[in-house]
Amino acid sequence: MLCDDCGKREATMHFTKIINGDVTELHLCEECAKNHKEFDFDASFSIHNFLAGLLDLDSTQGSPFEMDYITSVKCEKCGLTYSRFRQIGKFGCSNCYNSFREKLIPLFRRIHGHENHVGKVPRRAGGMIRIKKEISRLKKQLELAVRNEEYEKAAKIRDQIKELQAQIDTE
Amino acid sequence: MVKWLKGNNKPKDIVVSTRIRLARNIEDFLFPEIMTIESANEVINRVRDSIIEGNTILSREFDFFRTKEISPLDRQVFVEKHIISPGLISNPEKSAFLLRKDEKVTVMINEEDHIRIQVLLPGLELEEGWDLCSKIDDIIEENVKYAFDEKLGYLTSCPTNVGTGMRASVMLHLPSLVMTGHINKVLQAVTQVGLTVRGLYGEGTDALGNLFQISNQTTLGETEEEIIEKLKKIVLQIIDHEKESRQRLMNLKRIEVEDRIYRSLGILKNSRIITSKESMKLLSDVRMGIEMGIINDIDLEKINNLMILSQPASIQKYSGRGLNARERDIKRAEMIREYLK
Repeated sequence: MLCDDCGKREATMHFTKIINGDVTELHLCEECAKNHKEFDFDASFSIHNFLAGLLDLDSTQGSPFEMDYITSVKCEKCGLTYSRFRQIGKFGCSNCYNSFREKLIPLFRRIHGHENHVGKVPRRAGGMIRIKKEISRLKKQLELAVRNEEYEKAAKIRDQIKELQAQIDTE
Repeated sequence: MVKWLKGNNKPKDIVVSTRIRLARNIEDFLFPEIMTIESANEVINRVRDSIIEGNTILSREFDFFRTKEISPLDRQVFVEKHIISPGLISNPEKSAFLLRKDEKVTVMINEEDHIRIQVLLPGLELEEGWDLCSKIDDIIEENVKYAFDEKLGYLTSCPTNVGTGMRASVMLHLPSLVMTGHINKVLQAVTQVGLTVRGLYGEGTDALGNLFQISNQTTLGETEEEIIEKLKKIVLQIIDHEKESRQRLMNLKRIEVEDRIYRSLGILKNSRIITSKESMKLLSDVRMGIEMGIINDIDLEKINNLMILSQPASIQKYSGRGLNARERDIKRAEMIREYLK
């Protein structure tokens, strides 16, 4: 039997799918099977396997303290242990970020090249941070306005900053 | 027809589509992978209500689907149309989604994260996509409290998404760069500037039909606008490279290029049995022919549609029943002939 995909090589992989009695058959050669998701038995290998390798790069391998951390630290909310996180590369809940924080900063630096978020801040969960970010944005504008000698604009921005600062102080 | 491909009068050559997705989680719930069915249902209800109950305009625009209530074939059709992700259907008991009637916006619930907002637009529309995504994000946030950290940003199930939780990607059709072998150099350069390249159906898939997805690799340390700006600059450069390459090809081998395009069209219009792989290759040739003004009587949108509708699940949907591989190939040839009549 020839391969269903290329029609050239002999089919050596045979796949039968039965869904609600509907039978689908697929016969492929080894080469074409590699590109087929139905034959993708190694789907477990993903980016998360790499992540595990990126953790603890800087630690002295095998030190007793290190082993202690890996086996004993776990997230009190979802119960995920640090050693399990190292295996699967995924968190169980948002609290894991707090539980493993000291280990994560180097990981983030390796993945993203940064360790601080500078993008969007949500209205509700953001609260104070949102105002602080707005203030620092306005301060940059203020500097620019002063440099360009746009004093009227600068005064307006200064008032806005004062207003926001007052919000923080009252909270 | 694939609804989200409709609209947008800007030139769509080379760029097929733009996709922006945001990953969000709700505070106090475990992440979908380990959460109970009961909490999964609660998350689904809260997200659904934020769109359907909370906002009268949106409620009329969106439809709600429970994954488990959709047939496996229909789930696969949604995936082939890029409306939902393969990850969403891998856990049908816990997942659901909201889909805008024009299919350009999907809110996936309990995929890898509690919430994944996706905006899918034809052509190059990065700013518009982000704007729309961010608006939907604000509306959902009125009803739920997001898991957010002052330093780390939006907290996600996978550490590769933390920060903005945003993945912006552009689907490009690059046949000439592939044909001339320059593609590898381009792709190498792309990865060096912190972007990533994938095939048509995401991670680990082939660049079927010469289609490449370029997206941002990192999510922490840059604003959404900066990420989009960088992606756009690179994409525009790749477009220029492809255009130049096509021009050179036409100058050197006009007859050969025309011959290939017309042969491909001939096969598509006449074949009686055709695999998905072959049809994607030929459709790519015809698409290039249209973009270069060699073929003038076929609409580009038709080819974009065929590239999606000739996928295995969509073919079975078209014929109204399950088919084996051979039957699919026969049906595919029939459908393509019908479309190109």
